[in-house]
Amino acid sequence: MSKPATALKATGIEISGVNLSYGSTHVLKDVALSIEPGEFFAFLGPSGCGKTTLLRLIAGFAQAQTGRVLLDGQDVAPLPPWKRNVGMVFQSYALWPHMTVAKNVAFGLEERRLPRAEIDRRVAQALELVGLTDYAQRRPAQLSGGQQQRVAVARTVAIEPKVLLLDEPLSNLDAKMRVSVRRELRTLQQRLGLTTIFVTHDQEEANTICDRIAVMEAGVIRQVGTPMELYEKPANLFVASFLGSANILGEGAGIAVPAGKRLVFRPQHATLSPAEGAALHGPVTHREFLGATVRYGVRIGESEILIETPFHSGNELRIVGDVVGVALPPERMLYLPA
Amino acid sequence: MRSPGQVALALAIALFLGVFLVVPVATVVYVAFTEKGGGALTLINFVDFARTELFVRSFWNSVYVSAMTVVWASALALPLAYLTTRFEFRGAMLVQTLGFLPLIMPPFVGAVAMQLLFGRNGSVNLLLDEWFDFKIGFMEGLNGVIFLQAIHYFPFILVNLSAALRNIDRSMEEAAQNLGSHGLRLFRRIALPLALPGYIAGASLVFVKVFDDVATPLLLNVKEMLAPQAYLRITSIGIDDPMGYVISVVLIVVAVATMWATALVMKGKDYATTQRGGGGLARRQLKPREQVLAYAVVILILLLVLAPHFGLVLLSFATVWSFSPLPDGFTFAHYARVLGDSSVYIKNTLLYSGLAAAIDVVIGGAIAYLVLRTRLPGRQWLDWAASTALAVPGVVLGIGYLRAFYGVKLPDGTPLAALWIVIVLAIAIRRLPYALRAAYAALQQISVSLEEAAENLGATKARTVRRIVVPLMTGGLLAGFVTSFATAAVELSAVLMLVQSNSDAPLAYGLYVLMQTPAGRGAGAALGVIAVIIVAVCMWLSQLAADRSQRARGLDI
Repeated sequence: MSKPATALKATGIEISGVNLSYGSTHVLKDVALSIEPGEFFAFLGPSGCGKTTLLRLIAGFAQAQTGRVLLDGQDVAPLPPWKRNVGMVFQSYALWPHMTVAKNVAFGLEERRLPRAEIDRRVAQALELVGLTDYAQRRPAQLSGGQQQRVAVARTVAIEPKVLLLDEPLSNLDAKMRVSVRRELRTLQQRLGLTTIFVTHDQEEANTICDRIAVMEAGVIRQVGTPMELYEKPANLFVASFLGSANILGEGAGIAVPAGKRLVFRPQHATLSPAEGAALHGPVTHREFLGATVRYGVRIGESEILIETPFHSGNELRIVGDVVGVALPPERMLYLPA
Repeated sequence: MRSPGQVALALAIALFLGVFLVVPVATVVYVAFTEKGGGALTLINFVDFARTELFVRSFWNSVYVSAMTVVWASALALPLAYLTTRFEFRGAMLVQTLGFLPLIMPPFVGAVAMQLLFGRNGSVNLLLDEWFDFKIGFMEGLNGVIFLQAIHYFPFILVNLSAALRNIDRSMEEAAQNLGSHGLRLFRRIALPLALPGYIAGASLVFVKVFDDVATPLLLNVKEMLAPQAYLRITSIGIDDPMGYVISVVLIVVAVATMWATALVMKGKDYATTQRGGGGLARRQLKPREQVLAYAVVILILLLVLAPHFGLVLLSFATVWSFSPLPDGFTFAHYARVLGDSSVYIKNTLLYSGLAAAIDVVIGGAIAYLVLRTRLPGRQWLDWAASTALAVPGVVLGIGYLRAFYGVKLPDGTPLAALWIVIVLAIAIRRLPYALRAAYAALQQISVSLEEAAENLGATKARTVRRIVVPLMTGGLLAGFVTSFATAAVELSAVLMLVQSNSDAPLAYGLYVLMQTPAGRGAGAALGVIAVIIVAVCMWLSQLAADRSQRARGLDI
């Protein structure tokens, strides 16, 4: 595959003070965000957190009551969707069933009134980019889910958009396809150098391919950072428990926790120790064998925590009902606001 | 599993369809291909048809009128469909109710009234002549048929097209906007092609309906069209003349060819794109100036559509109405007359339609059950046979009954075809496909597990049908009954062939006869108004029945 002839100049995105409501539902609350040119950025959160609405706001399909969206420093509020030059790949792909693959890809170029030769050249180039040159004359219904997704991407990048918006692009694929398609998306993004926003509810997808992630909950951005920062230094309990599993303990667990804070740690950072003399101790409530690790549930006061220990044959295994202690290195203990 | 009861039921239905649908139609086709007087198979009748200038002209006139009706109906339907699916428009409800109008009043009912409103010396032209010194030939010759059919049948296109537009996922349009398209261009490139199957379904329905219509052209005094020629040939020359049969075969062929062509065009174009949570095209607010324009378009179309209704009511109260924009005076005499000595028409209509609708619901329900719930071999054939009635024009069915049953004599010597029950059977066959769809819809909504649960608890098949299936289907069947009843009440083309005496005639026939003479028009119009009221009330009841059964079923939809 060749490098596209026209290199795309990457665009930065600035979002500030955005509030958006549908009737009495406050969907986005004081959202502010800065996305670097060329960055692969994710909006991550559970369904209903407002991540898709924020994406549609950038594309022009939603109107905010307050705040601004700047692309390369230019406010896009007065621009209708068809003048924004912001490419969006829809969750359903939204391929038009009455057009061939080539026609679908040519659509945006035709709307821009480009000369026919130029359109043909760019359609061929876009299809080559996603490896679907041989499928140009097929109808969308004749393609597999993964191929349809690539047509949707080709159709969008063909117009050489300022930014690429991906709305849950992997959700309609089976588990195996997801892994390979997400790698393809990452490779493609790197080659085009295109600022890209990826909406997902799946933390693994976001972690594996994105440079930075904005974690959203109930219309609020809870934290922005690289996947590793978010995992190692979550700013709040929501981020801590949404990315990976986390044990959360309050006062009364037998360990000193500052007022208004909670003790947070990851299951694999704790180890089992003898109950005697341990600040944290309690009975084993269940045990699950996961292959590389063994996961124990331990009741501490009112709460139950999870501990994962590496599995080696010959290890001493605890049984349900054993009273055990929990050892935790101080550098792994996080105190987050409740 | 097949029980003797199911086999007996299937055979009974097959016998019914065989005798009252297949045999009459087959008779028509057979006669068309046999020599007059002799029994030898021949194509000579078709050669005669092609050599008779009148028939060829009639054929092309029918094609022209049907095609132009589709064109004008599309011109009326397209803006309304665009308006109601693409914009937040308060008039949308009004436009949607237009869909029921052609069912309430078929075009022949208002034909004479429209002549008085839009004819050469009708109200509109008299006023135009007085004010602006010119006239418009709305109703001249074939134009009159096109005009009348278009304003009656455009809702078929409107309803199908709007439904198709509403089924397009919003992301289809958003993706186009995202790539730089908007406005009318976007509608033309994305929404319209995706809605094409719906449009074609509506358009072909209109084409066939207009092609098969006998009474509307005749009431407008247009004789040189194919379906009227079939009627005239049989009634004026006689039941033995082969030309009526040849024309019938041509009518069937055109209907089948239209449906086949439609199916061919639609093949591979099933664009149901709605995703969960997606739903219809995005709507936007109309700007004030656009709103004025939109209302102007809707009101103009509404005035046109309501003109036959308005004219009919006016005519039914008029003393004399001729060469003047409005009647000279008003009277209740016509209603007194039709409710008095002509009330036999109304009584017959209620009886015939009620019986026909009952037959349809029973047979439709039984076929739906056999097809969806049993493994009886050949059960699909019952469905196909019943549905072929769609392709058989009413006049053809009527001719077939006459020919097939006239020779069958009762013990006292009266031919079978002269009995009023034959009219009921013809109407029942004509309406059966619609009742069948209603029965399918009703049965498909019932989960099989409800029946399995009853059998699991010890109920036999027959008792399960009685205690579980029938009660659950009641709402849907009732809606089917009322719709069949209502449309049967204004069925004319088959009836026209079969009525032997006025005392056996239903309302539609009485209206047709009365409308022929200026003296009878008032009474004819009064009958028309009564028919419209009966049908409208039935439609409303059917809607009520459907709504209630939906609600009774609660969330199980």
